[in-house]
Amino acid sequence: MTPLTDQKIALLAEKALDIRRSIVEMLIEAKSGHTAGPLDMADIFAYLYFHALKHDPKKPGWEYRDRLVLSNGHICPVLYATMAHAGYFPVSELMTLRKFGSRLQGHPHRDFLPMLETSSGPLGCGLSQAVGMALADRIDNGRSSGRRFYCLTGDGELDEGNNWEAVMLAGKEKLRSLTAIVDRNNIQIDGFTEDVMPLEPIADKWRSFNWHVVECDGHDFRDIDRAVGEAQAVFEKPTVVIAHTIASKGVPAFERKFEWHGKPPTTPEEIRTARQALGIGPR
Amino acid sequence: MIDPGLNLNPKLFDPDVDMQPIRKGFGEGLLLAGKADKRVVGLCADLTDSTHMNMFAAAFPERFIEIGVAEQNLAATASGMAHMGKIPFITSYAMFSPGRNWEQIRTTIAYNNVPVKIAGSHAGVSVGPDGGTHQAIEDIALTRVIPRMVVISPCDAIEARKATLAAAKTPDPTYIRLAREKTPLITTDETPFAIGKAWIAFRSAVREGKRPSGAKHGFDVGIIATGALLHKALMAARELDGKGIRAAVMNLSTIKPLDGDAIVRLAHDAGAIVAVEEHQVAGGMGSAVAELLAAHRPVPIEFIGVRDQFGQSGAPAELIEHYGMGEKHIRDAARKAILRKP
Repeated sequence: MTPLTDQKIALLAEKALDIRRSIVEMLIEAKSGHTAGPLDMADIFAYLYFHALKHDPKKPGWEYRDRLVLSNGHICPVLYATMAHAGYFPVSELMTLRKFGSRLQGHPHRDFLPMLETSSGPLGCGLSQAVGMALADRIDNGRSSGRRFYCLTGDGELDEGNNWEAVMLAGKEKLRSLTAIVDRNNIQIDGFTEDVMPLEPIADKWRSFNWHVVECDGHDFRDIDRAVGEAQAVFEKPTVVIAHTIASKGVPAFERKFEWHGKPPTTPEEIRTARQALGIGPR
Repeated sequence: MIDPGLNLNPKLFDPDVDMQPIRKGFGEGLLLAGKADKRVVGLCADLTDSTHMNMFAAAFPERFIEIGVAEQNLAATASGMAHMGKIPFITSYAMFSPGRNWEQIRTTIAYNNVPVKIAGSHAGVSVGPDGGTHQAIEDIALTRVIPRMVVISPCDAIEARKATLAAAKTPDPTYIRLAREKTPLITTDETPFAIGKAWIAFRSAVREGKRPSGAKHGFDVGIIATGALLHKALMAARELDGKGIRAAVMNLSTIKPLDGDAIVRLAHDAGAIVAVEEHQVAGGMGSAVAELLAAHRPVPIEFIGVRDQFGQSGAPAELIEHYGMGEKHIRDAARKAILRKP
């Protein structure tokens, strides 16, 4: 990866704001969908697509691209918005989210948008798919392959047993090319994660399965860069980045509230609040 | 009589007919598929020997992944490998794959449209002494209901070998149903096999005189069998034939996609059908046949299979009889189907 300059950080901040604005507008237009996760992952998506990932929006099928597997498919507004702003498809198409015939299905589906790496939504199996990808790459290109495999997961999603089967396998196989990024926003549909099903000590859990564990501030580009960079430097283990984020980051009135996990702004007051917070002018 | 063009085992009806487990044919087929195509990889959930993936694992250790007892991860990891251009075969017992990991199969394999091949061994009550927990009699229903999924239930070890080789060459998510016990070899290396093609193994000869059913032409009954029970269907048909009942027996090893033309033709020629499978009657091969014929050629259908029950411990032969899937049950069902003709 290239060094993260101040100039680049300013660009990433600009992109993250564009992404958040698009997320809010998409959700308002769709009248359904998830708000908290997409907003809190906007900085990490901006960092990945505009700095870390080896990819080419003009050649989505490029064989030697890095792979990004979105396990918690319900945060796809952030994936779609980031891909559009990165040039994969027109930004105007974002307004078709969740509508009949749209390529932007409520949860990602490659039948409709083949440039997606995977179709996803049902929780807990994206990490297995990323593990499979890394295993296949190692068979073809050896342990020093330059390709990297990122799996983005939610924290509530870690309740799923399938995750831990995949965590165990990746540890066993010492998949150095694999980086899991956990959106540690502390919320899920029914409440705060530590009330619904405690995950702590979350770092110890991954560490005990033979993963390298890095924690970072999921809204600080320099800190995200340090964590993702550290993952690349570890040779004998897969790495998990536990990204501490603020649910619904960017719209202070919605922040840290689990109620915003699975609904969009719908009332005129909510819509005004969200738009004002992100500096979206009257339409 | 047996169709000579199919090159079936000439000792088919002999008491000392050669016996092999269907799962062994899978193991041989996978080894051949692995030799033919280096994209083929094998993943197993701690049952490498008993699913006969061991031959592949020994020949291609770099292409074999031991997943441990984790069938959900088995399916989803294979999906990831397929995304990268591999042709993964995954094995466990049918009860656990596609039983336990059904949603991973639906989402990460079929919905993602990747060519993962699911080999479910130990299907049917003929698993025997292990008992009902290990006897998958719902797996055909589970897999055939998933869009895109191809479902194959070979009749013997040789057909299982061919089905495995054929599945390795298609881009489709595929389920291959395997059984534990040694069962008679019905086919030979020369018998044709193609995914989606059924064939008529046995046809009563055309004879002069009135048939018991009153039919002037065609058959009195068509028996459609899948899996190892094809052998019992053939034995039953031969005996019916000796009693003057003209029967035809179809090997329907591909349950999805159905060979609709062949099934409708048989229903037309026979006017009554018996569906034979070692599976729940609900949702299985017979259901698939009934869905087709209800729309295209409604005829009386009798179903041989397990009737909304779980299995139990016992000798395979005992269990087949207990759950109503023996030769006599097939003969009785044939007579009943004929009597129901309008």
